[in-house]
Amino acid sequence: MKVKKVFVEVIAKFDPDGVVTPLAIIWEDGRRFEIDRVLDMRRAASLKAGGIGIRYTCRIRNKETYLYYEGPNWFVEQVIS
Amino acid sequence: MAKIFLHSDLNNFFASVECLYDPSLRDKPVAVCGNPEARHGIVLAKNMLAKKKGVKTGEALWQAKEKCRDIVFVKPHYDRYLKFSELAQEIYKEYTDLIYPYGIDEAWLDVTSSTGLFGSGEKMANEIRERIKYELGITVSVGVSYNKVFAKLGSDMKKPDATTVITKENFMKKVWPLPVSDLLFVGSSTKRKLNLYSIKTIGDLATCDTKLLLSLLGKNGIMLQNFANGHEYADDVPHLQEPPIRSIGNSTTTPRDLITDDDVRIVLYVLCESVAGRMRDHDFACRTVQIYIRNKDLRSCLRQGPLDFPTQNSYMLFDKAFSLYKQHHNGDPIRSIGVRACNLFVQSHVQLSFYPDVAQNERRYQLECAIDKIRNRFGRNILTRGVMLTQRKLSSFDPTSNTFGGKVSTHEG
Repeated sequence: MKVKKVFVEVIAKFDPDGVVTPLAIIWEDGRRFEIDRVLDMRRAASLKAGGIGIRYTCRIRNKETYLYYEGPNWFVEQVIS
Repeated sequence: MAKIFLHSDLNNFFASVECLYDPSLRDKPVAVCGNPEARHGIVLAKNMLAKKKGVKTGEALWQAKEKCRDIVFVKPHYDRYLKFSELAQEIYKEYTDLIYPYGIDEAWLDVTSSTGLFGSGEKMANEIRERIKYELGITVSVGVSYNKVFAKLGSDMKKPDATTVITKENFMKKVWPLPVSDLLFVGSSTKRKLNLYSIKTIGDLATCDTKLLLSLLGKNGIMLQNFANGHEYADDVPHLQEPPIRSIGNSTTTPRDLITDDDVRIVLYVLCESVAGRMRDHDFACRTVQIYIRNKDLRSCLRQGPLDFPTQNSYMLFDKAFSLYKQHHNGDPIRSIGVRACNLFVQSHVQLSFYPDVAQNERRYQLECAIDKIRNRFGRNILTRGVMLTQRKLSSFDPTSNTFGGKVSTHEG
C-alpha cells in the first residue's frame, strides 16, 4: 500500500483560547468533505506520508482519517495503490 | 541524594529527518551532503544502512560512493533540523527545566528532582524515547547515570532507539572494558598518547598511576581519570550553566580557489562584516583577531594578532585579518578561509579619547550601526561594498547561512 502526502485546503474554527478545530476539507478537485467529529488531537509523525505536526483523527462520512496540521499547511495521507 | 542524569542523542539526526520526509529513502543507504558545485561535497550525516557499509561523516562524496555504490545523496534542510531539535527540547522540558544542550542533536537532562513526578530515570528515559519516536518519527538513544559523562557513554553504547543504565554498582562491568577513546574528551591525540603507555580501555585509565597521567596530559589527565572512576565535578563538563561566549567566528569554503589578494580581500570583507555585526548584536568588542586558512592541498593554519585598541568594527577586523594573511600566507591557492574575533568583552562603557584613530573608530561604529539597520530592514544585499561587485561568485554567499557555504561558530566555555 503506497501513501502520498497531499496538502489540502481546510476550513477551521479558531477558538479565542487558541484551540483550532478543522471543520471541512476541500479536496484538490474542489469537492468538500465535512468533518463530522474530531475524535482525537495530538502531536504525531506521519511515517507513511512523511511529515510531523498536530494530528487530528477525524470522522468523515463514517470513516476515520488522519488530518495533519504541519504549520502553516494541512495534509492528509492519500492511499494511491 | 545521588544525581540522575539522562543523555539524549537523536540517532543519525540529519539523515533520520530526511528519511522521515521521504519515506522512499528508508530502505536505502542515505547520506546528507553539502553542495558539490559549491565545493561543499562532503558527507554531513548518514543513516544506519550507509554506516554499515563503512560510510563516514566528513568523507568526500566519491569516497562514499566507492564504499557504497547504491548510496543516495540528499541535500540538507537546516530549517527542518532546527525545528526537530526545538521540538525535542519541548519534550525534554516536560520532564525537567535543567536541560544542557550539547550540539543540535544531543542534550543532558538533570532529572534528579523529577523522580517524584515521573518515576525512575530509566522510566523517564523510556518515556522520552517513545514520545520522540511517536511525535517526531525519529529515534533516540538515552543514557541514564549518576553523572553526565557516564550518561553520555550510555547513550553511545546501544543505538538506535535504546536506553542504557549505568549505575554505581555496574559501571566497572559496563564501562571499564570499553576503549578509552569512547570517553568524553578523549580525542585521537589523547588516545594515541595513552595507547603508547598501554592504556587502552577506560578501566586501564581508571586504575593507572595518577603521576603518569599528570606528566602525560597535565591536569586534564587527572580529570579524565576522575571521569573513568565515575567522579565528576561541576566545572569539568560543559554546559552546567549557560557558558559565556568566548569568541565569534565565521568561515567559508569558497566556490573557487582564492588566488589573488583581491580574491582574499572580497571574502574577508564579507566574513568580517558578519563577525562584526554579530559582535554588535551582543555588545561585544574584541581585542584579538584570528584567521584560519586552508590551502588547496587541505593544509590549514591558524594565526592571530592583537588589535591596537578594542573594536567591533568590520574595518578594523578586516585590516588586522588582511595583514595577518599577508604576513603568514605563502601564496598557495586558498580553499577555505575564516575570521574569528577573540578576547571578547562587553563594551558597555567606552573610554573617550583624543587620539584620531579612536575617534575614527567611533565614527565607523556609528556608520556600521546605520548599515545594520538598513540591512535588517531591506536585506543584506541592499548595501554592499563596490569591490564585492567585481567578483559576484566570491561575494554572493550568505555568511550566516550554513546552506550556502557560510559556517558560523560561537565558542563558549
